[in-house]
Amino acid sequence: MMAQVRKTVVLEGSRGVAEAVRLCRPNVIAAYPITPQTHIVENLSQMVADGLLKAENIRVESEHSAASAVLGASAAGARAYTATTSQGFLLMLEVLYNMAGLRLPVVLTAVNRGISAPLTIHNDIQDSLAARDTGFVQLYAEDNQEALDMHIQAFKIAEDHRVLLPVLIGMDGFILTHSFEPVSLPTQEEVDDFLPPYKPVFYLTPKAPLTMGTKTDPEFYTEARYMLHKAQQNARQVIVEVAQEFKKKFGRFSGDLIDTYLMEDAEIIFVSMGSLVSNLRAIAQELRQEGKKVGVLKIRAFRPFPFEEIVRALSGAKIVIVMEKDISLGATGVLAQEIRAAFYGKANVPRLSGFVVGLGGRDVTRETVLKGLRLAQESDHLCTFLDLNPELLEEV
Amino acid sequence: MKITLGGVAAPGSSRLNKTGGWRVFYPEFLHIRCTDCGLCQKLCPEGCIFKADKKNFYADLDYCKGCGICAEECPVHDIEMRPEVR
Repeated sequence: MMAQVRKTVVLEGSRGVAEAVRLCRPNVIAAYPITPQTHIVENLSQMVADGLLKAENIRVESEHSAASAVLGASAAGARAYTATTSQGFLLMLEVLYNMAGLRLPVVLTAVNRGISAPLTIHNDIQDSLAARDTGFVQLYAEDNQEALDMHIQAFKIAEDHRVLLPVLIGMDGFILTHSFEPVSLPTQEEVDDFLPPYKPVFYLTPKAPLTMGTKTDPEFYTEARYMLHKAQQNARQVIVEVAQEFKKKFGRFSGDLIDTYLMEDAEIIFVSMGSLVSNLRAIAQELRQEGKKVGVLKIRAFRPFPFEEIVRALSGAKIVIVMEKDISLGATGVLAQEIRAAFYGKANVPRLSGFVVGLGGRDVTRETVLKGLRLAQESDHLCTFLDLNPELLEEV
Repeated sequence: MKITLGGVAAPGSSRLNKTGGWRVFYPEFLHIRCTDCGLCQKLCPEGCIFKADKKNFYADLDYCKGCGICAEECPVHDIEMRPEVR
């Protein structure tokens, strides 16, 4: 047999993810179609039907069922995968807490879309941030190559016995899922070598019955939650290790817990997650040419939250500008909140402005970002809606 | 005993969860008017009422949560709920 050759192909983001998942050889897939996640599971079910992927593709009647099916499959020792977005993601939420609590390394693509009401099918990241406290490891992809690579890394992180937690990959709806980009597709041999079969610590089998999902009284619950928290702490190291191993094997590195761009001597640093980081990179590059010392910090792992890495990366800066497509209503942007918390009690704290942008698919333009830069230089913003159109608002 | 990963337990381990501590009232079986109908035993949601002898039922207080269904349903009022004193 001829050795397989790594190919570079132009693929839709969703197809790239489906190819990555196929290469990871999941045993069970269960998902419910919902825009803009549909193409991922559509491609996967086609692969199963065509015999390109030997997996059980379970048809379900809702996202709650999809999540429950992969939970059960994972409990039985299978490598399990699901994908969803927005309202479907919210419907899964109850099950997501259980997956983490039961220590089941399910991988979930959280295509990012805004949430109702008002109903939107377009992109922001309010959906997956609602799962902030579930115990899921949360990674956010910047582009289609990273999304593809992240899925291969995600199974390895999830199944590491120091972690054994479900992993969620945030991927901007439409912006990534529906755009075509050239991506390098690893070979099956390479992925098999990188990602060995899943070895569960416990799994359900009639041969050796056990109970999963036990009820606990107050004398055990605290310790169980502590173990979960500790697994999240362990994930920090594992995410870094897996990113390094991936780099060695595939020659690509898109950050571990964070990624930095033009950060040496940077006085002004933009901070964001997901595809928005690419916009910021382009603008930072442009501003550098004008002689402005601007850098970009990408938050790749949102859970576990890289407090120390962020503080280290931002400490030399004069102004930090957080741009995020989410809002914790009644508080501030979620990311800004956490970055402020990271700096509490630290020395050399930079000025910090938090901007909410791009909700419900509103384009984040160069002008929007430059307006943010201007405002942040004038004064600090706790939580300003940067791309608000006042003409649409009635005076109250 | 150590907590396992994900709280996995061996079969039958539910019995280690002694839920009797939740109780505020406990059932007192008077053994005066009992007709041996067995309704208390059949209706107990915990399945923790047992029969020692003819017309002689008792609750396993390790698991009885004190719901009072047995006392409510006893046709001859031979069970009384008494406050738990600890």
